Amino acid sequence: MRSKPKPDCSGRKFVKVFTILEKHGRKPSRLVPILQAVQEEYRYLPKEVLTYVATALDISPARVFGVATFYTHFAIEPKGKHIVRLCDGTACHVKDSIPILDAIRKRLKLEGKKTTTDDMLFTVETVACLGACGLAPVVVVDDQVHGAMSPASGVKLVEEIIAREQS
Amino acid sequence: MSATIATAVKTLNIDGIEVPINGERNLLELIRKADIDLPTFCYHSDLSVYGACRLCLVDIAGRGIQGACSTPPEPGLKVRTQTEEIREIRKISVELLLANHERECTTCGKSAACQLQDVARKLGINKVRFQPVHKPKPVDRSSLSLTRDPNKCVLCGDCVRFCSEIQGIGAIDFAFRGHDAAVLPAFGKDLGEGECINCGQCAAVCPTGALTPRQEIDEVWKVLGDPTKTVVVQIAPAVRVAIGELFGMPPGESTRGQMVAALKRLGFKYVYDTAFSADLTVIEEANEFLGRKTNGGKLPLFTSCCPGWVKFAEQYFPELLPNLSTCKSPQQMLGALVKELLPAELGVEKKNLVMVSIMPCTAKKFEAKRPEFAKDGVAEVDHVLTTQELARMIEEAGLRFTKLQPESFDMPMGFKTGAGVIFGNSGGVSEAVLRYAAEKVTGKKLVNPDFHAVRGEDGLRIVEVPVGDIVLKLGIVHGLKNARMLAEKARRGKCDLDIIEVMACPGGCIGGAGQPVSRERDIRKLRTRGLYDVDKNMELHKSQENHFVTECYQRHLGEIGGKNAHRLLHTHYHNRRRIAGETIELGDSPEAEKVKVNVCTGTNCFVKGSQHILHALLDQVEKEELQDKVSINASFCFEKCDHGPTVSVDGNKIQWCTAPAAKAEILQKMKEKNQ
Repeated sequence: MRSKPKPDCSGRKFVKVFTILEKHGRKPSRLVPILQAVQEEYRYLPKEVLTYVATALDISPARVFGVATFYTHFAIEPKGKHIVRLCDGTACHVKDSIPILDAIRKRLKLEGKKTTTDDMLFTVETVACLGACGLAPVVVVDDQVHGAMSPASGVKLVEEIIAREQS
Repeated sequence: MSATIATAVKTLNIDGIEVPINGERNLLELIRKADIDLPTFCYHSDLSVYGACRLCLVDIAGRGIQGACSTPPEPGLKVRTQTEEIREIRKISVELLLANHERECTTCGKSAACQLQDVARKLGINKVRFQPVHKPKPVDRSSLSLTRDPNKCVLCGDCVRFCSEIQGIGAIDFAFRGHDAAVLPAFGKDLGEGECINCGQCAAVCPTGALTPRQEIDEVWKVLGDPTKTVVVQIAPAVRVAIGELFGMPPGESTRGQMVAALKRLGFKYVYDTAFSADLTVIEEANEFLGRKTNGGKLPLFTSCCPGWVKFAEQYFPELLPNLSTCKSPQQMLGALVKELLPAELGVEKKNLVMVSIMPCTAKKFEAKRPEFAKDGVAEVDHVLTTQELARMIEEAGLRFTKLQPESFDMPMGFKTGAGVIFGNSGGVSEAVLRYAAEKVTGKKLVNPDFHAVRGEDGLRIVEVPVGDIVLKLGIVHGLKNARMLAEKARRGKCDLDIIEVMACPGGCIGGAGQPVSRERDIRKLRTRGLYDVDKNMELHKSQENHFVTECYQRHLGEIGGKNAHRLLHTHYHNRRRIAGETIELGDSPEAEKVKVNVCTGTNCFVKGSQHILHALLDQVEKEELQDKVSINASFCFEKCDHGPTVSVDGNKIQWCTAPAAKAEILQKMKEKNQ
């Protein structure tokens, strides 16, 4: 098993954090947009960067951590290269979205509370309603929407990516 | 038409009774004033209204069911506090909390003082119909002062609000959401690793056993039972006016005679009074102050008796550390004297002499473990028990506290004046110092020792007191948010005060987190009055009148503020990082041949512009394509904050650093590596 690669923390990225903070005038009230922008850069919110944001905004790190963990949009653990979002809103749920989730997770050997594969290739999450109920059940892979899914077609999507990554 | 103004009192109706409105902030206050005790978890009169526990619900005619805590009183409202529906909602709310609560009441430290237990009993909940959904979480025992048991948290947030609103810290906060919601230190780390200053007020307001003072009772029983050990004890002033509450006595009643008797019965060889070393503190600190005042030393002088405040200052105000009095706290002064003098006097080996202190405070547990308060591995104070813990030991030993025949403190370190006793309440340290300074400055005897101007309950008091030809300006604060306000001013050089007395806890030590848990509204006032009464009941009120202190100087310490006094009674402070943080590695993993640069981005260096240095260095590395030769990292706090910004280049720390200085050093190191 490959160990988790270090997230990309190049100097350029960190400079981006400065720019983000300046752009929002280092205002504590701008914490959420600041975290959104930081996550755009890093694909998640590294602890060290959150501490830096807390310092710059003069609020307690515990408060920043609280906000970062309150919204499901924010991730405090590194996410995989490909993000699979399965809709579990009402319409998708009644059209059996959960068996699709189970099948994909089984194929990727994700057990318990784990959402990211050990090779950091996939993160599988559920979301509440993507607003595409007519296509239920819906799976979104890296911002591409796939409708009328089944457990088999869900697994197939994942396998295609694996094949692409290996070639 | 007559010109009389209608002065009819405005009223509202609570359960059929007309109740006058007198500026109460919310219905709950009014209802409680009408002697109806609505249950609450999340309401605390000192804190902002949260409205989460849903227990103070009332039925308002025309509006339906509302939270009393978050409804302002309005004339004419018809309020009912008891209806079938309200009772049912309250019961369900508590039942749901109980479902996820670790209900091991018999083994819980908060048992008998727990509000959840109390409310469940009052509401007659005899069965919990719901299954728990929470898995057990580990108990956090990392802090020297507090134990955090997340399995008992009801998410009322009292601790979170106290820490941020009164102390201005925010060491803990809500994290996650929904049924995963929890109160956690930053990043889910342990409490002992973060910014917590150990004041323990989170535990004092916690309605359950989720946050409790760390217990040291077992360790103390062990040394008491060991025949090779000689165990001596000191009692802080604030303990004597509060411990009686746990044995049914009224708050504020002094119980020192029974307390001493109980300690002797438990097996303590000598019982000393921390008020003795408070007298000593007064003399050392007043002379330190007068010295600074006449020699143009650093002012304002901040007091240093409160270990919560000292850690706070070390974390957030490194440049003010020279303003802190170098005096140790009375607890440590007494510990130092005992460990210095008693071994020879009693003919016991130093390692077999054990010093225990009884404190109203949880931060004293942390203070006693500070490395600077131990010499050759022997701590000045070995164990710190809170007022609550001592009461529990007395109960465990089966002693009937109120029936004990009073006994006296042991001499000489049990002797004190009233000045040492009032150290336990906000304003007391200032008054004690004034009683000394006034005589010293004027050279005349002070007839009336009372300085009423410095007494009071407000969390931030500025007073001017004429002493001879000069006027002393004093700041007296409790609650660290208030301390922060004055410290910010002092940092900017905009503070013309002479002395600032800081106590972290509301009302001073009498409101410490080690004191009995009380929901009595006037508790602080009663305990404070108790201490002033003790002062009045004594014959001596000025530390300089304590002849045992005078003798101590003559026989052991030598000159006031002299070399020996400094060795035993004074200390130093150091910068302290506020959070255990990892270095942010901004390049690839650094290799041996690279010049490794760490730019501090801790709070203080950040304020002093370290971000610009970091930015400039990163730009340069990129522009000159030095990525293979230099690795630039952001790090958290070298604990050199007063000399910041700090940049470390291959381990060489540059203080008061600028971007050009850092660049020059990097070039130099690169040159050295190439050779």
